[in-house]
Amino acid sequence: MRVLLALLDIFTNASFYKLTLTAATPFIFASIGGVFSEVTGVVNIALEGIMLMGAFVSVVFTWLTGNAWLGVLFAVLTGLGMAWLHAWASITWRGNQIVSGTALILLAQGVTGFLMEPIFGRPGQTDIVGRIPEVRIPFLMKNKFLAQSIGELSPMIYMAFASVFIAWFIIYKTKLGLRMRAVGENPKAADTLGVNVYAVRYFGVLMSGVMASLGGAFLSVGEVGNFRELMTGGRGFIALAAMILGNWNPVGAMWASLLFGFSEAFANQLQSSPLLKVASTTKPLFNMFPFIVTLIVIAGFIGKTRPPAADGVPYEK
Amino acid sequence: MNQRLWSFLVPVLSVMLALLIASVIIMLIGKSPVEAYIALLKGAFGSRLAIASTIVKTTPLILTGLAVGFGFRAGLFNIGAEGQMIIGAMAATAFAINVAWMPAVLAIPLTMLVGMLAGAGYAAIAGVLKAKTGAHEVVTTIMLNWIADYLSSYVVTVPMGVGFGTPKSPEIASSAKLPPLMVVQATELTSGIIIAVIAAILIKILLDETSKGYELKAAGFNPYAAEYGGIKLAQNVVLAMAISGALAGLAGTLEVMGVHHRFLGTLSGGKGFDGISIALIGQNNPIGIIFAAFLMGALRNGSNEMQFVGVPKHIIMIVQAIIIFLVAADRIVRTIFLRKRVLR
Repeated sequence: MRVLLALLDIFTNASFYKLTLTAATPFIFASIGGVFSEVTGVVNIALEGIMLMGAFVSVVFTWLTGNAWLGVLFAVLTGLGMAWLHAWASITWRGNQIVSGTALILLAQGVTGFLMEPIFGRPGQTDIVGRIPEVRIPFLMKNKFLAQSIGELSPMIYMAFASVFIAWFIIYKTKLGLRMRAVGENPKAADTLGVNVYAVRYFGVLMSGVMASLGGAFLSVGEVGNFRELMTGGRGFIALAAMILGNWNPVGAMWASLLFGFSEAFANQLQSSPLLKVASTTKPLFNMFPFIVTLIVIAGFIGKTRPPAADGVPYEK
Repeated sequence: MNQRLWSFLVPVLSVMLALLIASVIIMLIGKSPVEAYIALLKGAFGSRLAIASTIVKTTPLILTGLAVGFGFRAGLFNIGAEGQMIIGAMAATAFAINVAWMPAVLAIPLTMLVGMLAGAGYAAIAGVLKAKTGAHEVVTTIMLNWIADYLSSYVVTVPMGVGFGTPKSPEIASSAKLPPLMVVQATELTSGIIIAVIAAILIKILLDETSKGYELKAAGFNPYAAEYGGIKLAQNVVLAMAISGALAGLAGTLEVMGVHHRFLGTLSGGKGFDGISIALIGQNNPIGIIFAAFLMGALRNGSNEMQFVGVPKHIIMIVQAIIIFLVAADRIVRTIFLRKRVLR
């Protein structure tokens, strides 16, 4: 009975919906990044690492410049650099994409850990450096429920949803998008028709760097205003799962991201619910929830999805 | 140049290049790379104690390296060694706490078996999902890693937790403890290293001398041709995943039986992930993996000493990342050293 009451309490609580949006935003950014890359045929499991770097770099530059938006800008530049490394190894040098992605994850974990002490003077976690202020939408503030759920949100949340539309538009409504899909499905044929396979793939991978670093920056300066070691905590991989679940389509990836954001927010609310009185020692079990949801969802739905035919295969002229 | 020699040279040159790049990074934070690397060597081999603890660190790395390398040979990318190691250690501990009545000749092999089966079963989840629904093992094993991680932090506090301070389980029964090869100060040089080396040899025999090994390799090398040739892919995926998981589970089990003698919440500390670099440096060859694990064990152990001269030990992760990156795109290394002869 208490469980039911707790559930009712969560679902009628306006801030739960805000929490869902906030939790979904990094997944949206990064999964759109995954779509950009994989549509052109390059698997990018480095999303996790690029996010981590984005989270760190945005904090460093916010701390240096005092402006969180400049922090985000530098995070994006770093994301481009990381993605370029991945593109260089896996497109130009035709390396194994998963292995290269793994290297970049490790690189991000190493670099962020390495620089923490020289820059902030202590390991583990940085000071609060400030964050991007939330934007208030006046006409929503009149209704209490709307005010608490969507009345006051980080502008990066709007950016995430805008990027879904932009990605969808680029991939399905432009000539570039047609080429991206052609390169991902049949690079040989695209090449024969005069499409520069390498250039298009570089574009896809670089865009994934931009998006994933935005996702990371949101986690740090978008949400809490500081950086913790390994703060992405597997979100890059959940974003990959969201991309797969969304059938390599930006809109699908957005819905899947919302599902994962929902399950993260739900697990958080449940473990802190005053009605359930969850012991602090039991809380780790609740943290398993989003990962179990991902696993179940991937296992149940993947039969219906299909990756681009040339996904993960290096192209040799 | 011949292919065999290159497959040996690429990782060696990658390691050298990575150390070179790392020394530039060390200079950038205003420290001396020479001083740092001397500290690294001293920390890894400078005393009997240093050598003993390098070998202790090498032991689980051989097994996680084998786990990942074996997966690679069968066409699977098992990133889940981390989680499988945790589950193996957890199950082995739960068993070994209760075997005080058993003689060591029974308790030791049974505990190892329990740990291996638990790791195998956990990995098999990803194998079954891949075989049944096509879910990519990279994504599923990562999810399983996080689940195992949170599960273990729960288990060491509530059902298995004892005492105060660091979350930990009770000590395992003495009959299930591995006898140490020797004791240097407080560090026991575990006999687990022998088991790890035997495991490497067994995996080599399985892969190179048996028909099952041939089947697994064929399925990994070209799944379509293998299926055409009458090899049951789904079965092989699950089996390969289970063997891989058993090796990772054994890594965790030996840590419990030979080093900590209990289950700790922070057991794995990235050893499963290290398995990936080790498999790559060892070129997925079990014997190569032994040497690669020793290299990584030495780097990890020596890096603690490096902290004392002011160089964060995270530099070793960066070194590892550069090695993996260069091995992934091995043509970079070939081109640097062969001046564009390979890549036309």
